[in-house]
Amino acid sequence: MLTCKDFLSELSDYLDANIDAELRAKLERHITECPNCWVIADTTRKTIQIYKGMEPCAIPADVESRLMKALEKKMAAKGR
Amino acid sequence: MALSSLAGLEESALVTQARQGDTVAFAELVRRYEGKIFRLAQHITQNREDAEDVLQESFMKAYEHLDQFKGDSKFYTWIVRIAVNQALMKLRRRKTDKSVSLDETIDTGEDTVVREIAAWGEDPEQSFSREELGSILDTAIQSLEPLYRSVFVLRDIEELSTEETAEALGLSVPAVKSRLLRARLQLREKLTRFFKRKGDDAFAYM
Repeated sequence: MLTCKDFLSELSDYLDANIDAELRAKLERHITECPNCWVIADTTRKTIQIYKGMEPCAIPADVESRLMKALEKKMAAKGR
Repeated sequence: MALSSLAGLEESALVTQARQGDTVAFAELVRRYEGKIFRLAQHITQNREDAEDVLQESFMKAYEHLDQFKGDSKFYTWIVRIAVNQALMKLRRRKTDKSVSLDETIDTGEDTVVREIAAWGEDPEQSFSREELGSILDTAIQSLEPLYRSVFVLRDIEELSTEETAEALGLSVPAVKSRLLRARLQLREKLTRFFKRKGDDAFAYM
């Protein structure tokens, strides 16, 4: 029988779908019987989804223009 | 080559042109990834000024060492690796100023302890404005130790593989995995405070 501690230690690989079918079946059996682990798995999955869905903010115009200026200088120096 | 005709080009074609000295092709590569690299640098350094330094230093280094880029990994992975190194160097330098600690956390196993278990609503983030959500997510990430933070940012935000993350951070694959699990559980815990189903509050505090 899988304990909650065993479940937690496999949680990342479970959420990344990075485990074999046999272990997956064991983990899934555990969460149907253990509401706490179900909640942890569900909310951890949502945590990852929320961060993945975060759009990168556009780079500020001043930061970009300083970057491009620095690069142009570098390119000119290398090309010489 | 004109910039407009480069926009649709594959990364590998741009890299080839850039390596032959085509500065416009290199500028296109910069434009493709500058936003992601700046975000990554901000997440790791937690400081806008440092992030800007990291951004500039990374692309300068990439330009300088373009001939060393083997092409067996993606250019993006390569530039991420350079940026992570620059960002961690910043943190280490700040550590000698005694303002930040990058010490390895002693592995007590305690931070995998789950303290709060409460279900979330269906789309919990919907009840917050974009700005509110952004600040909740940023504050949660900020509170992680730098090495947990770096692992989480690379794996779950920049979506590098475990192996690529290990390589970028100079960690073993098992070390990446254990840090990622902790980072995820700690963030889950922090977000639960905001996202748990309203009705569950009553039970939590009774």
